[in-house]
Amino acid sequence: MASENASHIGHGVQSEIVISVENLAVGFGERLVIDGLALDVHRGEILGVVGASGTGKSVLLRTIIGLVAKKRGTVQVFGHDMDRLNAQRRRLIERRWGILFQHGALFSSLTVKQNIQFPMREYLDLSPRLLDEMAMLKLQLVGLKPEAANRMPSELSGGMIKRAALARALALDPEIVFLDEPTSGLDPIGAGDFDELIATLRNTLGLTVFMVTHDLDSLAGICDRIAALGDGRVLSQGPLEQLKAEPHPWLQAYFNGPRARASHVHSKPA
Amino acid sequence: MARPSAIWGDGLRGGGVLRLSGAWTADHAAELESALATAMKSLQAGAEDAHFRIDCAGLLSLDTVGAWLIHRARLTLGEKGEVTLVGLKRDQTHLIAEVAQAEIPPEGPPRPTGAYPLLVDIGEAVVNAGKDVSNGVTFFGSVMAALARLALGRAKLRPAAVVTQLERVAMRGVPIIVLISFLVGAIIAQQSIFQLQRFGQPHLVADLVGVLVLRELAVLLTAIMVAGRSGSAFTAELGSMKMREEVDALQTMGLDPVEVLVLPRIIALLIGLPLLTFVSSMAAMAGAALVADIYGGISFEIFFARIQNIIGMNTFMVGMYKAPFMALVIGLIACIEGFAVRGSAESLGSHTTASVVKSIFVVIVVDGLFAMFFASIRY
Ligand SMILES: Nc1ncnc2c1ncn2[C@@H]1O[C@H](COP(=O)(O)OP(=O)(O)OP(=O)(O)O)[C@@H](O)[C@H]1O
Ligand SMILES: [Mg+2]
Repeated sequence: MASENASHIGHGVQSEIVISVENLAVGFGERLVIDGLALDVHRGEILGVVGASGTGKSVLLRTIIGLVAKKRGTVQVFGHDMDRLNAQRRRLIERRWGILFQHGALFSSLTVKQNIQFPMREYLDLSPRLLDEMAMLKLQLVGLKPEAANRMPSELSGGMIKRAALARALALDPEIVFLDEPTSGLDPIGAGDFDELIATLRNTLGLTVFMVTHDLDSLAGICDRIAALGDGRVLSQGPLEQLKAEPHPWLQAYFNGPRARASHVHSKPA
Repeated sequence: MARPSAIWGDGLRGGGVLRLSGAWTADHAAELESALATAMKSLQAGAEDAHFRIDCAGLLSLDTVGAWLIHRARLTLGEKGEVTLVGLKRDQTHLIAEVAQAEIPPEGPPRPTGAYPLLVDIGEAVVNAGKDVSNGVTFFGSVMAALARLALGRAKLRPAAVVTQLERVAMRGVPIIVLISFLVGAIIAQQSIFQLQRFGQPHLVADLVGVLVLRELAVLLTAIMVAGRSGSAFTAELGSMKMREEVDALQTMGLDPVEVLVLPRIIALLIGLPLLTFVSSMAAMAGAALVADIYGGISFEIFFARIQNIIGMNTFMVGMYKAPFMALVIGLIACIEGFAVRGSAESLGSHTTASVVKSIFVVIVVDGLFAMFFASIRY
């Protein structure tokens, strides 16, 4: 379980690989969006995935979790080749990850609380009281007020949707969370809180975080490693300092441009 | 995975020790809850100003469910005395601290039961029915206003949109309407011939089918089919546009959603439904003629000659006059329901259902009113 391992790791490097993507190609029709991509994610790390709009970050995420069919390559999660698993084994793996979709994807006909409880009801055997308490707990863990519990998703602000969706992603205490642009659409303070929250959750629950983001502050603040996507593959991966030093023009523009200079990317001690 | 347990022991000046071990995780929640409940009951019994110790050294793993249960135990024991948590690893301490920050509000009052909620439901249904009528009238007004603006040249007609909708409403509806009308015509003819043969007058089937189909059946069948095919589609389209703020986007561009979204659909229905009614009449007559020939031995010549002699133009027109009214009713209800959709997928579903059910109901009511009207003017 997550927390057993969690107690042995801190921020440091860990060798166990929880997601391993090799030689991946994904496309729609004739056009390949991802072509020859390889990427490893280690247990307990926060991996930031960056890239220009439309480079296939969301597609990569959706391919790893099996929502988009791939043309070639392998995806291994917890050491299992996802293509070789039967439906039941797959479900067991799926239960161990949580996903925050780019647009939240909350169930629109359930309240926030019911949304969070939905996976718990499906997979866990909790008493009604504990079910309620856990939903309220997760809600507050992600920084929502208890009053939000009984609202419908259509009555939430953009930032609240993100938080509620994260709470649902965390409902089963997953080992991996996939976050697609968690802080986009949040105010800077909210985004900062969100980053802090993700770091706290990683430290306390031993989460592995796969985070697609454009937020330079998140990259500088909480990501252990960054993978930059471009031309259908990983242009470069490593700690922030390493990527800043890469000669690739897009990386230069991204990490050393005016916005980067204004953010924490440059004030962070190396 | 080690089974979780909570063992209690006495000691310590009227207090006790709670020894936790195993995996305190969500998968074992049911066992954890019951084990903890038993332990708590014995620990709490008679304790007053006591000192409790929760020993977590045996924990193999801990997640938020386990952490919450430990925190809850600490709170409960805290009412009876002092509690200390020992044996936690650093990360586990963090996790419990994180969990302890949450405030869980007490459960709300229980839902009322018995006759009360039933009365509430009935009241709400009545109020909603009233609102339906007033919404309908308001919407009808704004559609008429938009039509008037269109007639006066102050609103733009969107021919492309009208043609697209017309294709979807009329063209694509032709095959299914031809099919069901043909079959219904054939069935009615067969039944009529069977009954009329007993009177030795099977050729009267032409009169019977002619009047029935042209006056009532064709337009009713078509209207019901269109309500199911196009009315539901309109509601679903407008509803999902409403859900995704597309309607708001239109409004903020200074465009009137009624003009842009509703008018083309209603105009398409106003043109399409009479056309389909005509098609339906012809198909039903063809079905009837075929059965009359094969089953009743009445040749096409005789069948159509009778129709020509007996059925006047007015019979045909009665059906056609009704068609635009049916179109208007279906279009209005579909669009009203579409705009009434609120945020959720469930609401979209229920309004689409309501759209079809209400349209069909109102179509039949309108048909009845027309029957009374035409009977009283002897048309
Ligand atoms: N279902 C689909 N059908 C066809 N093309 C698609 C589909 N989904 C994504 N694409 C294409 O794949 C490419 C990558 O899309 P993706 O959503 O992964 O971008 P992204 O890197 O997440 O961008 P952003 O940062 O804007 O979210 C885009 O060119 C997009 O048009
Ligand atoms: Mg994306």
